[in-house]
Amino acid sequence: MMDYSKIMCRRVQDIQPSGIRKYFDLLQGMEGGISLGIGEPDFQTPWHIRDAGIFSLEKGFTKYTPNAGLSDLRSAISRYLKRRFQLEYAPVGQILVTVGGSEGLDLTFRALLEPGDEVIIPTPSFVCYGPLVSMMHGTPVLVETRAENDFRLTPHELKAAITPRTKAVVLPFPNNPTGGVMGRGDLEALASVLRGTDIMVVSDEIYAELTYGGRHASMASIPDMYERTVVVNGFSKAYSMTGWRLGYVCGPRPIIAAMTKLHQYAIMSAPTTSQYAAIEALEHGDGDIEAMRDEYDGRRRFLVDGFRKLGLDCFEPLGAFYTFPCIKSTGLTSEQFCDRFLAEERVAVIPGSAFGPGGEGYVRANYAASMRDLAEVLVRLERFLGTL
Amino acid sequence: MKDLLQLLEDDSTLTRAQLAAMTGMTEDEVSAAVAQYEKDHIILGYKTIVDWDRTQQESVTALIEVSVTPQRGEGFDRVAQRIYQYDEVESLYLMSGGAYDMTVTISGRTLKEVAQFVGEKLAPIEGVTGTATHFILKKYKEKHLIFPVQEVQEERFVFE
Repeated sequence: MMDYSKIMCRRVQDIQPSGIRKYFDLLQGMEGGISLGIGEPDFQTPWHIRDAGIFSLEKGFTKYTPNAGLSDLRSAISRYLKRRFQLEYAPVGQILVTVGGSEGLDLTFRALLEPGDEVIIPTPSFVCYGPLVSMMHGTPVLVETRAENDFRLTPHELKAAITPRTKAVVLPFPNNPTGGVMGRGDLEALASVLRGTDIMVVSDEIYAELTYGGRHASMASIPDMYERTVVVNGFSKAYSMTGWRLGYVCGPRPIIAAMTKLHQYAIMSAPTTSQYAAIEALEHGDGDIEAMRDEYDGRRRFLVDGFRKLGLDCFEPLGAFYTFPCIKSTGLTSEQFCDRFLAEERVAVIPGSAFGPGGEGYVRANYAASMRDLAEVLVRLERFLGTL
Repeated sequence: MKDLLQLLEDDSTLTRAQLAAMTGMTEDEVSAAVAQYEKDHIILGYKTIVDWDRTQQESVTALIEVSVTPQRGEGFDRVAQRIYQYDEVESLYLMSGGAYDMTVTISGRTLKEVAQFVGEKLAPIEGVTGTATHFILKKYKEKHLIFPVQEVQEERFVFE
């Protein structure tokens, strides 16, 4: 009998499974269950984008693409970033097309980290940063953002977390799970801390198109930050293309070159069909973005209003598609709340504690769901709160 | 952000409270605005899209091209009025292009019932000079709603 725990990589074994998964396992097979747990748009990919993917197959485009991605796609990304976010990235040398934003994040840490390097990660945030950093023998330094600061990272918090070992800071905004955003002024304040250091910024901007009440500002567009920022973005959230697995990273040439080297060994090239579809998305998809954002916005307002009317404090999320209501008034921990809400009312929401320090006392409920489901969730929540 | 009218056009079952939350208006403001839209005939009514093919009820729908001689002083409106007064008429449009002038859709329980309506009611109307009846064989989409049940992807567990 082989003892695989002695064979497998220690660091992999030490990584904790995500706290989110168990809610899906429990919800499965539950009659009448509603999930506000999954971090995924509920829209289908717009047809013209799907059609472009199909057409590429009809034309027989079934081979690998260049390692960095189709040159037409990289040119389209370059034009898109300029048009939407005033970012200048050269199609050749500064843009790498990846298998989702996730691969982009992984490659960024692989390209940057030496053992012992510290990476500042504001929390609550998406669950992947810490494990990816740990896999590179790096040290995640978790910095708790606060509701009273609208879940933004403040310059004071950033400064306090910096040590001589700090290699990078992750900026996960618009934020999953809080819905918090960082405006230009907030980024300027962080820039004043980072200017003159060798600290890199890993700016995870996957939700950049989903902001309500103001355009997203990228850290790379702040003076002096361009040369120290890697921008990670993708098609999943903006165009409802999660299953196409397509993202991209942009940054300084030497870093993108290093990442491209890793990418070509591990991945070869991102899926060809997806890349052709993505060109269509970038060139003719602005209207789809607006339509989906408008739809999300109505649901967002409805859900936030619903929580507040039921007596739960709810920070106004201005980005992504999550609400992050505070459930401290119930006297339950966020995990107890989620366990009981699921068991008693068959609704899956995710405990804030699954997203790191600062998440306890909150739950994440997404509004990438139909109005009918959202309304039903509020009915069930009212009943549930009444039993506490 | 979608405005009140867009939200209602998509889903008229949204409650006043839901509409208020989604638009940032108060419930009273929503009620007043809807009442005004109704008064101004901007909102004409509220209906449900039913796929009768999934029920036991027999139903056929026909699209009829109608050629019309415009009436002096009143153009097509007078003839249109004589057509749309019939309850059987579901919709009536004045069309551009030369082949015919109006499109009528009507529904009945049987082909015979529809044919009878065309022959006995529609064709004899003064000013109507010709009709061409096309029966609808299958409905795929109406008012942005797709009739065939869409396949759904396998459930999955992702920790995004």
